[in-house]
Amino acid sequence: MEKQTCLYDRHVALGALMSPFGGFIMPIQYTNITDEHNAVRQHCGVFDVSHMGEVRITGPDAEKYVQHIFTNDVAGAPVGQIYYGMMLYPNGGTVDDLLVYKMGENDFFLVINAANIDKDVAWMKEHTAGFDIKLDHQSDYYGQLAVQGPEAEAVVEEVLGIPCKELKFYTAKVVGDIIVSRTGYTGEDGFEIYGSHEFTQKSWDKLIESGRCKPCGLGCRDTLRFEVGLPLYGDELSADISPVMAGLSMFCKLDKEEFIGKDALVEQKANGVPQKLVGIELADKAIPRHGYPILNMEGEVVGEVTTGYHCLSVDKSVCMALVKTEFAKLDTPLQIQIRKKVFPGTVVKKKFYDKHYKK
Amino acid sequence: MAQFKEGLLYSESHEYIRVEGEFGYIGISDYAQHALGNVVYVDMPDVDDEVTAGEEFGAVESVKAASDLISPVSGTVVEVNEALENEPELLNKDAFANWIIKVQLSDSSELDNLMDAKAYEAFCENA
Repeated sequence: MEKQTCLYDRHVALGALMSPFGGFIMPIQYTNITDEHNAVRQHCGVFDVSHMGEVRITGPDAEKYVQHIFTNDVAGAPVGQIYYGMMLYPNGGTVDDLLVYKMGENDFFLVINAANIDKDVAWMKEHTAGFDIKLDHQSDYYGQLAVQGPEAEAVVEEVLGIPCKELKFYTAKVVGDIIVSRTGYTGEDGFEIYGSHEFTQKSWDKLIESGRCKPCGLGCRDTLRFEVGLPLYGDELSADISPVMAGLSMFCKLDKEEFIGKDALVEQKANGVPQKLVGIELADKAIPRHGYPILNMEGEVVGEVTTGYHCLSVDKSVCMALVKTEFAKLDTPLQIQIRKKVFPGTVVKKKFYDKHYKK
Repeated sequence: MAQFKEGLLYSESHEYIRVEGEFGYIGISDYAQHALGNVVYVDMPDVDDEVTAGEEFGAVESVKAASDLISPVSGTVVEVNEALENEPELLNKDAFANWIIKVQLSDSSELDNLMDAKAYEAFCENA
């Protein structure tokens, strides 16, 4: 049985198409994916992302512990700074990708993927030995809204009355008992707001009633993140896909003293990886989907599509794919099998549309 | 609300066929285009390809997913609706006016397995 977020009744009342995702029953679309996608690129959209998980780490060894389980380097960070990175298995495979908010000295707020909440919390608890910390799993307390798009700043300030103009990209602040950060998963400027269920419900109602913010489902959340090259755990990252394979080494600080999985990444950087994540652009309009085979010009399978769409912002069929490293160079010609037919494609950068962050 | 056009025959996988003599025009129902949302690509067979009743002959793709097209009859493709190559959204505008393939039927008795508009409407209501 899927869980419901605190906004479930509102989604149903708006006529959303509801579907299971990450253990929750979530809105996929309210009207259609294209309109919702364009609203975020051009104006403003609001997403219910209350399914995301939250864990608070405090105590004398909190920083030392986060450094141990997390690939990015939070040492000496200013309060309010946010880091993207991964938790890894010792072999370099990915447990999850996550955001780490530094809320105070030895006080960190970790935001994890809904589908991985149980696995991640168990993983974190398994690795607390020797650290003087308190691990508080807060997923059931927090609702979360993502307000995204070029008009997001004005909407959050004027509709929700939350001052956010001064907030820099990838920083957060506490306002009363909520946390607001300049972050998102769309490639646009925007904010993520964590608060109680009651706060989340009231804020959602204000945003929808204002008419300045379109309700947006997970359908366009995926098309938006995909076309700016942001990974989704389960597609571009997994227990079998390390951040080095996924091209996310910049979020893994190998000059850090230690973290779980570091030795494996050092080895992968030194000796190379068997497969790499690439972008592929098709000449045809046919659409590559997750799991479709990638072939070399001789017709041998050399990889697999991780995510693919007919990209809404640039009107091209494109995909991200995990391919054998020898086929990962830019401009390499490849073929994509789509049902019974085979279509030509070319390796391109895995960012199909430029991000428009306000830094 | 979805339209259920009279005079056509429908399959449980939501294709319709409009029979004219030994030929049939095959497309997706209005109910199907509603359920799919914005159609962004139609994968069609080539002229002279054989199609088989109950088997896949192409696909209709929305932003999110691909849905197989299942042929309601067996026969040979004599024409494909080339307008759909550049304007797949025609299926959303008018699914009944915009057929996908024209087939020369090889066994017209297969039509007996299909539903008329009333039966198909009832089938959709119970879906």
